[in-house]
Amino acid sequence: MTHRFDSIDAVREGLRSVDYLADDSIAGVAFLADRLEKPVLIEGPAGTGKTQLAKSIAEMSGARLIRLQCYEGLDEAKALYEWNYKKQLLRIQVESSDGDTEWTEIQDDIFSDEFLLPRPLLEAITADDPVVLLIDEVDRVELETEALLLEILSDYQVSIPELGTIEAKQIPLVFLTSNNTRELSEALKRRCLFLHLDYPTLEREKEIVLTKVPEISENLADQVARIVRSIRQLELKKHPSVSETLDWARTLVLLGIENIDESDAVDTVHLLLKYRSDIEKAIKDFTANSAAHFEASQAS
Amino acid sequence: MTSTEAAFSAKAGPLFDLLEGFVVELRNAGLPVSLSENIDAAEAVQHIDIEDRVAFKYSLAATLVKNDAHWKTFETLFEVYFSLRGPEYALDGDAIEFDDDVDFDPGEQPQGEGGQGGGDGLSPEELAELLYQALRQGDEALTRAIARQAVKRYAGMEPGRPVGGTYYLYRTLRNLDLDSVLDRLMEQRRADADKPLSSLQERLEKDEYQDRIDKLRREIEAEIRRRLVADRGAEAMAKTLRKPLPEDVDFMHASREEMVMLRRAIYPLTRKLAVRLARKRRHKRRGALDFRNTVRHSLSYGGVPVEPKFRHPKPAKPEIFVVADISGSVAAFARFTLHLVYAISSQFSRVRSFVFIDGLDEVTSFFEGVDDITEAVHRVNTEADVVWVDGHSDYGHALEVFWDRYGNDVGPKTTVLILGDARNNYHASQAWITKEIQRKARKLFWLNPEPKAYWNTGDSIVGEYASHCDGVFEVRNLRQLERFVDNLV
Ligand SMILES: Nc1ncnc2c1ncn2[C@@H]1O[C@H](COP(=O)(O)OP(=O)(O)OP(=O)(O)O)[C@@H](O)[C@H]1O
Ligand SMILES: [Mg+2]
Repeated sequence: MTHRFDSIDAVREGLRSVDYLADDSIAGVAFLADRLEKPVLIEGPAGTGKTQLAKSIAEMSGARLIRLQCYEGLDEAKALYEWNYKKQLLRIQVESSDGDTEWTEIQDDIFSDEFLLPRPLLEAITADDPVVLLIDEVDRVELETEALLLEILSDYQVSIPELGTIEAKQIPLVFLTSNNTRELSEALKRRCLFLHLDYPTLEREKEIVLTKVPEISENLADQVARIVRSIRQLELKKHPSVSETLDWARTLVLLGIENIDESDAVDTVHLLLKYRSDIEKAIKDFTANSAAHFEASQAS
Repeated sequence: MTSTEAAFSAKAGPLFDLLEGFVVELRNAGLPVSLSENIDAAEAVQHIDIEDRVAFKYSLAATLVKNDAHWKTFETLFEVYFSLRGPEYALDGDAIEFDDDVDFDPGEQPQGEGGQGGGDGLSPEELAELLYQALRQGDEALTRAIARQAVKRYAGMEPGRPVGGTYYLYRTLRNLDLDSVLDRLMEQRRADADKPLSSLQERLEKDEYQDRIDKLRREIEAEIRRRLVADRGAEAMAKTLRKPLPEDVDFMHASREEMVMLRRAIYPLTRKLAVRLARKRRHKRRGALDFRNTVRHSLSYGGVPVEPKFRHPKPAKPEIFVVADISGSVAAFARFTLHLVYAISSQFSRVRSFVFIDGLDEVTSFFEGVDDITEAVHRVNTEADVVWVDGHSDYGHALEVFWDRYGNDVGPKTTVLILGDARNNYHASQAWITKEIQRKARKLFWLNPEPKAYWNTGDSIVGEYASHCDGVFEVRNLRQLERFVDNLV
C-alpha cells in the first residue's frame, strides 16, 4: 500500500501550496488518516475551514472530491444507492412479454449493476481513481440515518441485499464535518479520528488573510487579525468566523483603508457579526472608554 | 498492517505500557476511552516520529479524545504524564531539565550575576523589572525563565506538603502582582504614543498584553505542576487533577472559574437543544392519514396508493410556569434553568417566570422582547422584588403569594416547574398549595439542585412537596439539566 503523504510536513506544505494554512493538529491528523486508513471527524464552530480542509486535501493530492451534503431527511436512496425502477420496469415488460423467461431469471437480471444508481457513498468506494469523500454537516441527519454510514466508515464496503457486499477498490480519504448541533453517536465517533477546528491563533489568522487576500498589506492584515481576536473575547451569540474575517479584510482593502480607526471599525463591523445585539456590544466595546482614557492621559 | 498487529507490535515496547497507564489516567479523569480507541492510539504512534512531541500529542488526542470539552483535561494529563516524569520516562531529552539550568538570559539588563544561573542572584525588584521588560517586548523565552524563577522563589513549595497547585499558584501570582504590571504596561504604552490612544487602540493593546500575561500564567502553572510531579510522582499528581468535566460541575459548589466555564457552556448548549427539539417536534408525530392527499399522489402510480400521506397535526404546545428560588447558593441553578427554558421558549405556547426568596415576584416581562437572555437573567437577580421579611428562603410564604396572585392562571395546559432545594428555614411548608397546583395544572415538576442524599435532612422538606408532584428530579449540573429539559418537550 502506497501512502499519499510522506510526512506531516509534506501535508502542511501541500496544503499551503493550495492556500490552506494548517496548524500542527490539522496536518498531523490528515497524515494519520491516510496511514491508519481512518475517516476524520472534523468538528468546530462555523466557518473555521472544516469543509475547505477536505476540499484542499483533495486538491493538493490531485484526488477527485465526492461530496455528500447531509440534511434532515437524507436517506439511503440519496446517500448510498437506488435501484433504477423505471429501467427495471421496462426490462420486466420486455422480458415477460417473451413468455418463457423465468421470474427468478428476470430478478437476477434487474438487480444487477446495470440498474444500480450509485449515490455519493457508493460512488466513492467503487471509484477506480483516488478520491476524497466529504460527508458534510453530518450532524444534520437523524441519529438513525447515521447508522447508514457505519459500514462504510469502518470496513469501506456497502452491503446491498440483492447484490451482496461491494468492497472498495481503493481506500478513500474520508472527512466528516459537524457543527455539533447534535451529539453524534459513540459508534460513529469511535470509528473516526477526531479533529476540533477552532478559530485560528492570531498568527495563523493573519497568515490566512495574507494568503487569501493578496492585495492586503502586512500591516492591515495584522490589524484585522488583532481586532477579530479582541471581538472573539466578548461574550457574543456568534463570534466572527474565518470567512467573515476574510470578507471584512477584502472590504477594507476595497475601501482603501490602511489603518483601521474607531469609526472604520464601527462602520464595517456588521461584516463580522450577524446579530444586532452582538454588533451593539462590539461597538460599545470599541468606543466605551474613549473619553475616560483620554482624560487620564491628559492628566498624567 | 492491521490495527491488531500494530497494537501487538506496540506491546513489545515500554511505550505500550506508558500508553496503557495514560489511558487509565484519562479514564480516571472521566474521559470515555474505549478499547478500540486505545488500540488506535497504539497504532497511530507507530506512524509518527516519537521524538516529535507535538505530533505525538496530537496523535493521541485524535484517537483518544472525541469531545472538545475534554481537551483541557487531556492536555494537562498529557503534560503530567509524558513531559514531567523523571527522565527515565521522558520521550526525548529535553523533557526534563529540572533545577536551575533554565537558560536565564537577562539580556541587556545589568543585573544577573553570572554563575548563579536561573536568575537566583536577582533581587525581587530586579526580577519584577525583568518581568516587566519581558512582557513589554513579548520575549517568550525570557518570560518562561522568569516563570520558573518566580515559582521557585514565591510559591513556597516544600517536599511532601499536602497542598494543591492552586495554593502555590495563588502565592506566586500575589507576589508578581500582574494587575499592576498590566497597568504599568498600559501607561507606558500611552506615554510612548504621540497622540492619545483611541478606545479601540486601548482595547487592542490591552488584549495583546493580556495575552502575554496569560502565557506567563500558563508557564507558572506548568512549572508548579512540574515541581509537584517531581515531588509526588505522576500518578499521584494525575489524581489531584481529576476535576469534573464542565457538564458535571455542581451548580451549588462551582468555583468562580468554573462558573465562568459554565456560563460559556450555556449558549452552545441552548442552541444545540433548540435545534434538537425543533427537529424532534417535526418528526415525532405523524398525524391521521390524509386521504385526499394520498389519492392525489396515487394518480402518478396509476391509482395505486403506494405512498400514504399523513396530515401533520398541530399539537397544542404547553404553557410553562417556572417558579424559582433565587436565594444564595441555588441562584446559579435558577439562572441556568431560566436560561435554558427561555432558549427553547418557541417550544411552548408561553413561558412565565416567577422568582422568590421569602417573597415572590413575576419576572416574565424581563424576558419579553430581549434577544439577550443573559442580560434578562441578570436583571432578574438584581431587580426582582423577592424579599418579604428577612431574605431567608420561605417556600411556604412564597407559594402562598403565588397561589393568591397567579393561582387562577394555572390551567390544564400549564406545566409548572418549581426550582429549589426546599430548605425552608423551619417555616410552615404550605404543601397544600402544591396539591392544589397539581390538581389544576397539566404537570407539576420539582427540580432540586441538592444531591439526593441530602434531601429531607435538616430543614429540607422536599419530601412534603414531592408527594404532590408529578416528578422530583435531582438537577445538580448542566448534564442533568439538559436531560430534564430535553424530556420536558
Ligand atoms: N486554514 C485556512 N486556510 C485558508 N483558508 C481558510 C482556512 N480556514 C478557513 N478558511 C477560509 O474560510 C472559509 C470558510 O471555511 P469553510 O467553509 O470550510 O468553513 P466550515 O468550517 O466548513 O464552516 P461551516 O461550519 O459553516 O460549514 C473558506 O472558504 C476559506 O476561504
Ligand atoms: Mg462547512
